[in-house]
Amino acid sequence: MSGARAPLPTVPTAGTRLRGDGAVARVLAPAMLVLALLGIWQLYASVGSVDDFILPAPTEVAQALWQDRALLWDNLLVTAQEVGLGVLVALVLGFGLAVALHFSLTLRRGTYPLLVASQAVPIVIIAPLLVVWFGFGIVPKLAIIALVCFFPVVVTTLDALGNVDPDQIKLLRTLDASRWQAFRYAEAPAALPAALSGAKIAVAVAVIGAVFAEYAGSSSGLGHLMLQAIPQLETARAYAAVVLLAAFAVALFSALALAERRLVPWANRRPEGPRA
Amino acid sequence: MATRLEAPAEEPRNVLGPDGEIHLAGVSRAFPRRNAAPVPALADVSVNVAAGETVAVVGPSGCGKTTLLELVCGLQKPDSGTVRAAPAVLMPQRDLLLPWLTAIDNAALALRVAGASRAEAREQAHPLFAAFGLEGFERARPDELSGGMRQRVAFLRTLLSGKPVLCLDEPFGALDALTRREMQEWLAGALAREPRTVLLVTHDVEEAVLLADRIVVLSPRPGRVVAELPVDLPRPRAATDPTLLALRERALEALRS
Repeated sequence: MSGARAPLPTVPTAGTRLRGDGAVARVLAPAMLVLALLGIWQLYASVGSVDDFILPAPTEVAQALWQDRALLWDNLLVTAQEVGLGVLVALVLGFGLAVALHFSLTLRRGTYPLLVASQAVPIVIIAPLLVVWFGFGIVPKLAIIALVCFFPVVVTTLDALGNVDPDQIKLLRTLDASRWQAFRYAEAPAALPAALSGAKIAVAVAVIGAVFAEYAGSSSGLGHLMLQAIPQLETARAYAAVVLLAAFAVALFSALALAERRLVPWANRRPEGPRA
Repeated sequence: MATRLEAPAEEPRNVLGPDGEIHLAGVSRAFPRRNAAPVPALADVSVNVAAGETVAVVGPSGCGKTTLLELVCGLQKPDSGTVRAAPAVLMPQRDLLLPWLTAIDNAALALRVAGASRAEAREQAHPLFAAFGLEGFERARPDELSGGMRQRVAFLRTLLSGKPVLCLDEPFGALDALTRREMQEWLAGALAREPRTVLLVTHDVEEAVLLADRIVVLSPRPGRVVAELPVDLPRPRAATDPTLLALRERALEALRS
Protein backbone atom coordinates (compact mmCIF):
# COMPACT_ATOMS: atom_id res chain seq x y z
CA MET A 1 0.00 0.00 0.00
CA SER A 2 1.67 3.23 1.10
CA GLY A 3 4.88 1.52 2.22
CA ALA A 4 7.27 3.84 0.42
CA ARG A 5 5.63 7.12 1.30
CA ALA A 6 6.78 9.43 4.07
CA PRO A 7 5.11 8.54 7.37
CA LEU A 8 2.11 10.65 8.29
CA PRO A 9 2.48 12.67 11.48
CA THR A 10 -0.28 10.73 13.22
CA VAL A 11 1.38 7.38 12.51
CA PRO A 12 4.70 7.42 14.31
CA THR A 13 6.32 4.02 13.68
CA ALA A 14 6.53 1.63 10.78
CA GLY A 15 5.07 -1.14 12.93
CA THR A 16 1.85 0.67 13.72
CA ARG A 17 1.59 1.81 10.16
CA LEU A 18 1.74 -1.76 8.92
CA ARG A 19 -0.97 -2.77 11.34
CA GLY A 20 -2.91 0.33 10.27
CA ASP A 21 -2.68 -0.82 6.67
CA GLY A 22 -4.11 -4.20 7.63
CA ALA A 23 -7.04 -2.57 9.40
CA VAL A 24 -7.61 -0.29 6.42
CA ALA A 25 -7.80 -3.27 4.11
CA ARG A 26 -10.05 -5.30 6.34
CA VAL A 27 -12.51 -2.82 7.81
CA LEU A 28 -12.05 0.66 6.47
CA ALA A 29 -11.99 -0.16 2.77
CA PRO A 30 -15.30 -2.05 2.64
CA ALA A 31 -16.86 0.51 5.01
CA MET A 32 -15.78 3.35 2.72
CA LEU A 33 -17.18 1.54 -0.28
CA VAL A 34 -20.53 1.02 1.46
CA LEU A 35 -20.60 4.65 2.56
CA ALA A 36 -19.82 5.84 -0.96
CA LEU A 37 -22.60 3.68 -2.42
CA LEU A 38 -25.02 4.93 0.23
CA GLY A 39 -24.00 8.50 -0.60
CA ILE A 40 -24.69 8.00 -4.30
CA TRP A 41 -28.02 6.34 -3.47
CA GLN A 42 -28.94 9.20 -1.14
CA LEU A 43 -28.08 11.78 -3.78
CA TYR A 44 -30.00 9.92 -6.45
CA ALA A 45 -33.06 9.64 -4.21
CA SER A 46 -32.94 13.31 -3.18
CA VAL A 47 -32.82 14.51 -6.79
CA GLY A 48 -36.40 13.25 -6.91
CA SER A 49 -36.45 11.65 -10.34
CA VAL A 50 -37.86 8.46 -8.77
CA ASP A 51 -40.77 8.45 -6.31
CA ASP A 52 -39.78 7.40 -2.84
CA PHE A 53 -42.32 4.54 -2.85
CA ILE A 54 -40.30 3.15 -5.74
CA LEU A 55 -36.87 3.81 -4.27
CA PRO A 56 -36.66 5.16 -0.71
CA ALA A 57 -33.56 7.08 0.36
CA PRO A 58 -31.09 5.32 2.69
CA THR A 59 -32.13 7.65 5.49
CA GLU A 60 -35.74 6.50 5.10
CA VAL A 61 -34.64 2.89 5.16
CA ALA A 62 -32.61 3.53 8.30
CA GLN A 63 -35.63 5.19 9.84
CA ALA A 64 -37.80 2.17 8.97
CA LEU A 65 -35.16 -0.14 10.44
CA TRP A 66 -35.39 1.70 13.72
CA GLN A 67 -39.14 2.37 13.86
CA ASP A 68 -40.18 -1.14 12.81
CA ARG A 69 -37.42 -2.87 14.72
CA ALA A 70 -39.73 -5.11 16.75
CA LEU A 71 -41.72 -6.17 13.68
CA LEU A 72 -38.57 -6.72 11.63
CA TRP A 73 -36.88 -8.67 14.39
CA ASP A 74 -39.81 -11.04 14.88
CA ASN A 75 -39.97 -11.74 11.16
CA LEU A 76 -36.20 -12.06 10.87
CA LEU A 77 -36.32 -14.82 13.47
CA VAL A 78 -38.88 -16.70 11.39
CA THR A 79 -36.88 -16.38 8.18
CA ALA A 80 -33.58 -17.14 9.94
CA GLN A 81 -35.03 -20.37 11.28
CA GLU A 82 -36.29 -21.34 7.83
CA VAL A 83 -32.94 -20.57 6.23
CA GLY A 84 -30.93 -22.30 8.94
CA LEU A 85 -32.96 -25.50 8.82
CA GLY A 86 -33.33 -25.34 5.03
CA VAL A 87 -29.56 -25.08 4.57
CA LEU A 88 -29.07 -27.95 6.97
CA VAL A 89 -31.48 -30.12 4.97
CA ALA A 90 -29.75 -29.06 1.74
CA LEU A 91 -26.29 -29.87 3.12
CA VAL A 92 -27.30 -33.30 4.40
CA LEU A 93 -29.10 -34.09 1.14
CA GLY A 94 -26.37 -32.55 -0.99
CA PHE A 95 -23.42 -34.33 0.65
CA GLY A 96 -25.35 -37.59 0.88
CA LEU A 97 -26.37 -37.45 -2.75
CA ALA A 98 -22.86 -36.50 -3.88
CA VAL A 99 -21.39 -39.50 -2.07
CA ALA A 100 -24.07 -41.84 -3.44
CA LEU A 101 -23.50 -40.55 -6.98
CA HIS A 102 -19.74 -40.86 -6.51
CA PHE A 103 -20.01 -44.50 -5.54
CA SER A 104 -22.52 -45.53 -8.20
CA LEU A 105 -21.92 -44.83 -11.86
CA THR A 106 -25.40 -46.12 -12.69
CA LEU A 107 -26.98 -43.72 -10.23
CA ARG A 108 -24.85 -40.88 -11.57
CA ARG A 109 -25.83 -41.55 -15.17
CA GLY A 110 -29.45 -42.04 -14.25
CA THR A 111 -30.11 -39.12 -11.97
CA TYR A 112 -27.61 -36.37 -12.77
CA PRO A 113 -29.61 -34.99 -15.72
CA LEU A 114 -32.67 -35.04 -13.48
CA LEU A 115 -30.85 -33.05 -10.82
CA VAL A 116 -29.82 -30.43 -13.37
CA ALA A 117 -33.39 -30.30 -14.66
CA SER A 118 -34.68 -29.78 -11.13
CA GLN A 119 -32.79 -26.49 -11.06
CA ALA A 120 -34.70 -25.24 -14.07
CA VAL A 121 -38.09 -25.66 -12.37
CA PRO A 122 -39.40 -22.21 -11.39
CA ILE A 123 -40.41 -22.24 -7.77
CA VAL A 124 -43.69 -20.42 -8.53
CA ILE A 125 -44.83 -23.41 -10.56
CA ILE A 126 -44.38 -26.00 -7.84
CA ALA A 127 -45.06 -23.78 -4.82
CA PRO A 128 -48.83 -24.36 -4.83
CA LEU A 129 -48.24 -28.10 -5.01
CA LEU A 130 -45.92 -27.91 -2.00
CA VAL A 131 -48.53 -25.92 -0.11
CA VAL A 132 -51.13 -28.57 -0.94
CA TRP A 133 -48.79 -31.29 0.24
CA PHE A 134 -47.25 -29.67 3.30
CA GLY A 135 -49.60 -26.81 4.25
CA PHE A 136 -48.53 -23.33 5.32
CA GLY A 137 -46.05 -24.39 8.00
CA ILE A 138 -42.29 -24.47 7.84
CA VAL A 139 -42.05 -27.72 5.82
CA PRO A 140 -42.81 -26.28 2.34
CA LYS A 141 -40.32 -23.47 3.05
CA LEU A 142 -37.63 -25.98 3.91
CA ALA A 143 -38.45 -27.93 0.76
CA ILE A 144 -38.10 -24.82 -1.42
CA ILE A 145 -34.91 -23.61 0.28
CA ALA A 146 -33.39 -27.07 0.04
CA LEU A 147 -34.40 -27.28 -3.62
CA VAL A 148 -32.70 -24.01 -4.56
CA CYS A 149 -29.50 -24.61 -2.60
CA PHE A 150 -28.68 -28.31 -2.59
CA PHE A 151 -27.45 -28.24 -6.17
CA PRO A 152 -24.20 -26.28 -5.72
CA VAL A 153 -23.38 -28.59 -2.81
CA VAL A 154 -23.88 -31.71 -4.93
CA VAL A 155 -21.92 -30.39 -7.92
CA THR A 156 -18.90 -29.05 -6.01
CA THR A 157 -18.69 -32.10 -3.75
CA LEU A 158 -19.14 -34.64 -6.53
CA ASP A 159 -16.55 -32.99 -8.77
CA ALA A 160 -14.04 -32.81 -5.94
CA LEU A 161 -14.60 -36.46 -5.02
CA GLY A 162 -13.92 -37.42 -8.63
CA ASN A 163 -10.80 -35.27 -8.89
CA VAL A 164 -8.76 -37.10 -6.29
CA ASP A 165 -5.33 -38.06 -7.64
CA PRO A 166 -5.70 -41.60 -9.09
CA ASP A 167 -2.15 -42.39 -7.94
CA GLN A 168 -3.27 -41.68 -4.40
CA ILE A 169 -6.00 -44.28 -4.75
CA LYS A 170 -3.52 -46.77 -6.28
CA LEU A 171 -1.21 -46.25 -3.33
CA LEU A 172 -4.03 -46.88 -0.87
CA ARG A 173 -4.93 -50.04 -2.76
CA THR A 174 -1.40 -51.38 -2.34
CA LEU A 175 -1.81 -50.64 1.38
CA ASP A 176 -4.87 -52.94 1.20
CA ALA A 177 -7.40 -50.17 1.75
CA SER A 178 -10.99 -51.06 0.96
CA ARG A 179 -13.12 -48.85 -1.28
CA TRP A 180 -14.68 -47.34 1.82
CA GLN A 181 -11.28 -46.73 3.44
CA ALA A 182 -10.02 -45.02 0.30
CA PHE A 183 -13.05 -42.77 0.60
CA ARG A 184 -12.53 -42.12 4.26
CA TYR A 185 -8.80 -41.46 4.23
CA ALA A 186 -8.32 -39.82 0.83
CA GLU A 187 -11.44 -38.82 -1.07
CA ALA A 188 -13.62 -37.36 1.67
CA PRO A 189 -10.96 -35.06 3.19
CA ALA A 190 -9.78 -34.07 -0.28
CA ALA A 191 -13.32 -33.06 -1.22
CA LEU A 192 -13.99 -31.15 1.98
CA PRO A 193 -12.72 -27.71 0.83
CA ALA A 194 -14.86 -27.86 -2.31
CA ALA A 195 -17.85 -29.13 -0.34
CA LEU A 196 -17.51 -26.12 1.95
CA SER A 197 -17.35 -23.82 -1.08
CA GLY A 198 -20.60 -25.39 -2.24
CA ALA A 199 -22.07 -24.77 1.19
CA LYS A 200 -21.03 -21.11 0.99
CA ILE A 201 -22.84 -20.70 -2.33
CA ALA A 202 -25.81 -22.51 -0.79
CA VAL A 203 -26.19 -20.10 2.14
CA ALA A 204 -26.10 -17.12 -0.20
CA VAL A 205 -28.92 -18.45 -2.38
CA ALA A 206 -30.85 -19.94 0.55
CA VAL A 207 -31.94 -16.45 1.61
CA ILE A 208 -33.50 -15.82 -1.81
CA GLY A 209 -35.10 -19.25 -1.56
CA ALA A 210 -36.67 -18.30 1.76
CA VAL A 211 -38.15 -15.12 0.26
CA PHE A 212 -39.60 -17.11 -2.66
CA ALA A 213 -41.02 -19.64 -0.23
CA GLU A 214 -42.68 -16.97 1.87
CA TYR A 215 -44.09 -15.27 -1.23
CA ALA A 216 -45.64 -18.59 -2.17
CA GLY A 217 -47.68 -18.75 0.98
CA SER A 218 -46.97 -17.74 4.54
CA SER A 219 -48.13 -15.50 7.33
CA SER A 220 -44.76 -14.37 8.71
CA GLY A 221 -41.10 -13.89 7.81
CA LEU A 222 -39.24 -11.09 6.08
CA GLY A 223 -40.41 -12.22 2.66
CA HIS A 224 -43.99 -12.08 3.83
CA LEU A 225 -43.31 -8.64 5.34
CA MET A 226 -41.98 -7.37 1.99
CA LEU A 227 -44.96 -8.80 0.15
CA GLN A 228 -47.28 -6.86 2.44
CA ALA A 229 -45.22 -3.67 2.69
CA ILE A 230 -45.02 -2.98 -1.04
CA PRO A 231 -48.78 -2.65 -1.82
CA GLN A 232 -49.07 -0.56 1.37
CA LEU A 233 -46.44 1.78 -0.14
CA GLU A 234 -44.20 1.05 2.87
CA THR A 235 -41.29 0.59 0.49
CA ALA A 236 -38.76 1.72 3.10
CA ARG A 237 -39.85 -1.16 5.33
CA ALA A 238 -39.38 -3.63 2.48
CA TYR A 239 -35.89 -2.26 1.93
CA ALA A 240 -35.19 -2.52 5.64
CA ALA A 241 -36.12 -6.20 5.37
CA VAL A 242 -33.71 -6.57 2.43
CA VAL A 243 -30.92 -5.00 4.50
CA LEU A 244 -31.55 -7.52 7.27
CA LEU A 245 -31.62 -10.44 4.81
CA ALA A 246 -28.34 -9.32 3.29
CA ALA A 247 -26.75 -8.96 6.72
CA PHE A 248 -28.01 -12.41 7.65
CA ALA A 249 -26.52 -13.93 4.48
CA VAL A 250 -23.17 -12.28 5.25
CA ALA A 251 -23.29 -13.62 8.80
CA LEU A 252 -24.00 -17.19 7.62
CA PHE A 253 -21.27 -16.96 5.01
CA SER A 254 -18.78 -15.72 7.60
CA ALA A 255 -19.74 -18.53 9.95
CA LEU A 256 -18.97 -21.04 7.20
CA ALA A 257 -15.69 -19.32 6.36
CA LEU A 258 -14.76 -19.62 10.02
CA ALA A 259 -15.75 -23.29 10.07
CA GLU A 260 -13.62 -23.78 6.96
CA ARG A 261 -10.58 -22.39 8.73
CA ARG A 262 -11.10 -24.90 11.52
CA LEU A 263 -11.96 -27.88 9.33
CA VAL A 264 -9.41 -27.59 6.53
CA PRO A 265 -6.29 -26.04 8.08
CA TRP A 266 -4.11 -27.77 5.46
CA ALA A 267 -5.66 -26.03 2.45
CA ASN A 268 -3.82 -23.08 0.99
CA ARG A 269 -5.62 -19.86 1.52
CA ARG A 270 -5.19 -16.24 0.67
CA PRO A 271 -3.49 -14.33 3.46
CA GLU A 272 -6.40 -12.00 4.12
CA GLY A 273 -10.11 -11.72 3.67
CA PRO A 274 -12.78 -14.32 3.03
CA ARG A 275 -12.38 -16.86 0.25
CA ALA A 276 -15.41 -16.46 -1.90
CA MET B 1 18.72 -32.59 6.97
CA ALA B 2 22.01 -33.34 8.75
CA THR B 3 20.40 -36.34 10.38
CA ARG B 4 22.19 -39.63 9.90
CA LEU B 5 20.88 -43.10 10.30
CA GLU B 6 21.79 -44.72 13.56
CA ALA B 7 23.31 -48.16 13.57
CA PRO B 8 20.66 -50.87 13.78
CA ALA B 9 19.63 -50.85 17.40
CA GLU B 10 18.26 -54.37 17.29
CA GLU B 11 18.37 -57.45 15.13
CA PRO B 12 16.77 -56.89 11.74
CA ARG B 13 13.09 -57.75 11.86
CA ASN B 14 12.26 -60.71 9.72
CA VAL B 15 9.11 -60.14 7.74
CA LEU B 16 10.42 -61.90 4.67
CA GLY B 17 9.73 -65.52 5.30
CA PRO B 18 10.25 -67.96 2.47
CA ASP B 19 7.80 -66.22 0.17
CA GLY B 20 9.24 -62.76 -0.34
CA GLU B 21 9.95 -63.58 -3.96
CA ILE B 22 8.95 -62.13 -7.32
CA HIS B 23 8.65 -64.16 -10.50
CA LEU B 24 7.73 -62.62 -13.81
CA ALA B 25 7.76 -64.98 -16.77
CA GLY B 26 7.23 -63.85 -20.35
CA VAL B 27 5.14 -60.89 -19.29
CA SER B 28 3.70 -58.60 -21.96
CA ARG B 29 1.44 -55.63 -21.47
CA ALA B 30 0.01 -53.10 -23.93
CA PHE B 31 -2.34 -50.20 -23.41
CA PRO B 32 -5.28 -49.85 -25.75
CA ARG B 33 -5.85 -46.51 -27.46
CA ARG B 34 -8.92 -45.11 -29.10
CA ASN B 35 -8.74 -45.39 -32.91
CA ALA B 36 -5.13 -46.55 -32.87
CA ALA B 37 -2.98 -49.56 -32.33
CA PRO B 38 -2.33 -50.37 -28.66
CA VAL B 39 0.86 -48.95 -27.14
CA PRO B 40 3.08 -51.84 -26.09
CA ALA B 41 4.68 -51.19 -22.70
CA LEU B 42 6.39 -54.46 -21.89
CA ALA B 43 7.30 -57.31 -24.23
CA ASP B 44 8.20 -60.77 -22.98
CA VAL B 45 9.83 -59.64 -19.75
CA SER B 46 11.13 -62.28 -17.36
CA VAL B 47 12.56 -61.20 -14.03
CA ASN B 48 13.13 -63.23 -10.89
CA VAL B 49 13.90 -61.62 -7.56
CA ALA B 50 14.92 -63.71 -4.57
CA ALA B 51 13.64 -62.97 -1.08
CA GLY B 52 15.66 -60.14 0.45
CA GLU B 53 17.29 -59.20 -2.82
CA THR B 54 17.38 -55.64 -4.13
CA VAL B 55 16.95 -55.47 -7.89
CA ALA B 56 17.17 -52.21 -9.76
CA VAL B 57 15.30 -51.82 -13.03
CA VAL B 58 16.83 -49.16 -15.26
CA GLY B 59 15.67 -48.05 -18.66
CA PRO B 60 14.86 -45.01 -20.75
CA SER B 61 11.69 -43.02 -20.13
CA GLY B 62 8.53 -44.75 -21.27
CA CYS B 63 9.99 -48.26 -21.29
CA GLY B 64 7.29 -49.64 -19.02
CA LYS B 65 9.13 -49.48 -15.71
CA THR B 66 6.13 -48.20 -13.81
CA THR B 67 3.92 -50.80 -15.51
CA LEU B 68 6.31 -53.46 -14.26
CA LEU B 69 5.86 -52.28 -10.68
CA GLU B 70 2.11 -52.05 -11.00
CA LEU B 71 2.02 -55.63 -12.27
CA VAL B 72 4.02 -56.77 -9.25
CA CYS B 73 1.71 -54.80 -6.93
CA GLY B 74 -1.34 -56.37 -8.53
CA LEU B 75 -2.65 -53.03 -9.78
CA GLN B 76 -2.60 -54.34 -13.35
CA LYS B 77 -2.93 -57.70 -15.02
CA PRO B 78 -0.52 -58.86 -17.73
CA ASP B 79 -1.87 -59.44 -21.26
CA SER B 80 0.23 -62.57 -21.40
CA GLY B 81 2.79 -64.31 -19.24
CA THR B 82 2.60 -64.90 -15.51
CA VAL B 83 3.25 -62.71 -12.49
CA ARG B 84 3.80 -64.37 -9.15
CA ALA B 85 4.77 -62.06 -6.36
CA ALA B 86 4.59 -61.90 -2.59
CA PRO B 87 2.39 -59.08 -1.25
CA ALA B 88 3.94 -55.88 -2.53
CA VAL B 89 3.55 -52.24 -1.63
CA LEU B 90 4.21 -49.27 -3.88
CA MET B 91 6.27 -46.20 -3.11
CA PRO B 92 5.73 -43.69 -5.91
CA GLN B 93 8.05 -40.90 -7.02
CA ARG B 94 5.67 -38.30 -5.68
CA ASP B 95 5.40 -38.94 -1.96
CA LEU B 96 1.56 -38.75 -2.05
CA LEU B 97 1.43 -37.97 1.64
CA LEU B 98 -2.07 -36.99 2.70
CA PRO B 99 -1.89 -33.25 3.48
CA TRP B 100 -4.51 -33.50 6.23
CA LEU B 101 -2.60 -36.05 8.25
CA THR B 102 0.49 -35.47 10.38
CA ALA B 103 3.76 -37.17 9.44
CA ILE B 104 3.24 -39.97 11.92
CA ASP B 105 -0.36 -40.57 10.84
CA ASN B 106 0.79 -40.69 7.22
CA ALA B 107 3.52 -43.18 8.08
CA ALA B 108 1.05 -45.30 10.04
CA LEU B 109 -1.64 -45.23 7.34
CA ALA B 110 -1.32 -48.94 6.54
CA LEU B 111 -1.78 -49.81 10.21
CA ARG B 112 -4.93 -47.68 10.38
CA VAL B 113 -6.24 -49.34 7.24
CA ALA B 114 -5.53 -52.72 8.84
CA GLY B 115 -7.77 -51.76 11.72
CA ALA B 116 -5.45 -50.33 14.39
CA SER B 117 -6.69 -47.39 16.43
CA ARG B 118 -4.94 -44.06 15.93
CA ALA B 119 -3.11 -44.44 19.25
CA GLU B 120 -1.96 -48.00 18.49
CA ALA B 121 -0.80 -47.01 15.02
CA ARG B 122 1.18 -44.05 16.36
CA GLU B 123 2.72 -46.18 19.04
CA GLN B 124 3.99 -48.65 16.46
CA ALA B 125 5.26 -45.96 14.11
CA HIS B 126 6.95 -43.88 16.77
CA PRO B 127 10.18 -45.91 17.23
CA LEU B 128 10.81 -45.81 13.47
CA PHE B 129 10.76 -42.02 13.49
CA ALA B 130 13.69 -41.96 15.86
CA ALA B 131 15.53 -44.71 14.02
CA PHE B 132 15.10 -43.09 10.60
CA GLY B 133 16.12 -39.55 11.39
CA LEU B 134 12.65 -38.08 11.76
CA GLU B 135 12.48 -37.64 15.51
CA GLY B 136 10.61 -34.50 16.52
CA PHE B 137 8.70 -34.29 13.24
CA GLU B 138 5.94 -36.75 14.17
CA ARG B 139 3.30 -34.03 14.45
CA ALA B 140 4.43 -31.98 11.46
CA ARG B 141 2.13 -31.68 8.49
CA PRO B 142 3.59 -32.75 5.12
CA ASP B 143 3.77 -29.15 3.88
CA GLU B 144 6.06 -28.34 6.80
CA LEU B 145 8.60 -30.99 5.77
CA SER B 146 11.44 -30.78 3.24
CA GLY B 147 11.36 -32.95 0.13
CA GLY B 148 13.84 -35.42 1.59
CA MET B 149 11.91 -35.74 4.82
CA ARG B 150 8.65 -36.26 2.96
CA GLN B 151 10.27 -39.16 1.09
CA ARG B 152 11.44 -40.63 4.39
CA VAL B 153 7.92 -40.48 5.75
CA ALA B 154 6.65 -42.05 2.52
CA PHE B 155 9.24 -44.81 2.91
CA LEU B 156 8.18 -45.42 6.51
CA ARG B 157 4.58 -45.67 5.31
CA THR B 158 5.79 -48.31 2.83
CA LEU B 159 7.73 -50.21 5.50
CA LEU B 160 4.88 -50.13 8.01
CA SER B 161 2.59 -51.88 5.56
CA GLY B 162 4.43 -54.98 6.76
CA LYS B 163 4.66 -56.40 3.25
CA PRO B 164 7.76 -58.35 2.21
CA VAL B 165 8.11 -56.68 -1.20
CA LEU B 166 8.75 -52.98 -1.72
CA CYS B 167 8.23 -51.50 -5.17
CA LEU B 168 10.07 -48.19 -5.29
CA ASP B 169 9.21 -46.11 -8.34
CA GLU B 170 11.99 -43.56 -8.80
CA PRO B 171 11.69 -42.72 -5.13
CA PHE B 172 14.21 -39.88 -5.23
CA GLY B 173 13.60 -38.65 -8.77
CA ALA B 174 12.00 -35.42 -7.61
CA LEU B 175 14.80 -34.45 -5.21
CA ASP B 176 17.80 -32.22 -5.84
CA ALA B 177 21.13 -33.96 -6.44
CA LEU B 178 22.53 -33.39 -2.97
CA THR B 179 19.41 -34.56 -1.14
CA ARG B 180 19.12 -37.50 -3.51
CA ARG B 181 22.61 -38.70 -2.62
CA GLU B 182 21.83 -38.31 1.05
CA MET B 183 18.59 -40.26 0.65
CA GLN B 184 20.32 -43.04 -1.27
CA GLU B 185 22.70 -43.54 1.66
CA TRP B 186 19.74 -43.34 4.00
CA LEU B 187 17.83 -45.97 2.05
CA ALA B 188 20.84 -48.30 1.99
CA GLY B 189 21.00 -48.01 5.78
CA ALA B 190 17.25 -48.42 6.16
CA LEU B 191 17.27 -51.63 4.12
CA ALA B 192 20.19 -52.97 6.15
CA ARG B 193 18.06 -52.47 9.23
CA GLU B 194 14.76 -53.62 7.76
CA PRO B 195 15.54 -56.15 5.02
CA ARG B 196 12.93 -56.49 2.31
CA THR B 197 12.72 -57.71 -1.23
CA VAL B 198 13.09 -54.52 -3.23
CA LEU B 199 12.27 -53.76 -6.82
CA LEU B 200 13.74 -50.33 -7.47
CA VAL B 201 12.82 -48.54 -10.67
CA THR B 202 15.13 -45.71 -11.59
CA HIS B 203 16.67 -43.96 -14.56
CA ASP B 204 19.68 -43.03 -12.45
CA VAL B 205 22.29 -45.73 -13.14
CA GLU B 206 24.45 -44.56 -10.26
CA GLU B 207 21.54 -45.01 -7.86
CA ALA B 208 21.11 -48.53 -9.19
CA VAL B 209 24.78 -49.41 -8.66
CA LEU B 210 24.81 -47.90 -5.18
CA LEU B 211 21.75 -49.73 -3.91
CA ALA B 212 21.10 -52.92 -5.87
CA ASP B 213 22.34 -56.49 -5.75
CA ARG B 214 21.49 -56.81 -9.40
CA ILE B 215 20.60 -54.44 -12.23
CA VAL B 216 18.05 -55.28 -14.91
CA VAL B 217 18.37 -53.07 -18.00
CA LEU B 218 15.28 -52.55 -20.12
CA SER B 219 15.18 -51.44 -23.77
CA PRO B 220 13.14 -48.47 -25.03
CA ARG B 221 9.44 -49.06 -25.54
CA PRO B 222 8.31 -51.77 -25.51
CA GLY B 223 10.51 -52.72 -22.57
CA ARG B 224 12.54 -55.93 -22.93
CA VAL B 225 15.30 -57.17 -20.70
CA VAL B 226 18.52 -56.37 -22.58
CA ALA B 227 21.03 -57.01 -19.81
CA GLU B 228 21.32 -58.28 -16.24
CA LEU B 229 24.32 -57.09 -14.25
CA PRO B 230 25.11 -58.49 -10.82
CA VAL B 231 26.57 -55.92 -8.39
CA ASP B 232 28.87 -57.96 -6.17
CA LEU B 233 30.14 -55.11 -4.08
CA PRO B 234 30.34 -54.97 -0.29
CA ARG B 235 28.17 -52.48 1.58
CA PRO B 236 28.26 -49.65 2.45
CA ARG B 237 29.27 -48.60 -1.03
CA ALA B 238 31.08 -45.42 -2.00
CA ALA B 239 30.11 -43.71 -5.23
CA THR B 240 33.82 -43.14 -5.94
CA ASP B 241 34.78 -46.84 -5.79
CA PRO B 242 36.49 -47.66 -9.15
CA THR B 243 34.74 -51.07 -9.41
CA LEU B 244 31.44 -49.32 -8.93
CA LEU B 245 32.31 -46.73 -11.56
CA ALA B 246 33.26 -49.46 -14.02
CA LEU B 247 29.96 -51.20 -13.38
CA ARG B 248 28.12 -47.95 -13.92
CA GLU B 249 29.78 -47.60 -17.33
CA ARG B 250 28.76 -51.14 -18.24
CA ALA B 251 25.16 -50.43 -17.29
CA LEU B 252 25.17 -47.19 -19.29
CA GLU B 253 26.57 -49.05 -22.27
CA ALA B 254 23.83 -51.66 -22.01
CA LEU B 255 21.30 -48.83 -21.92
CA ARG B 256 22.71 -47.19 -25.04
CA SER B 257 22.79 -50.33 -27.14
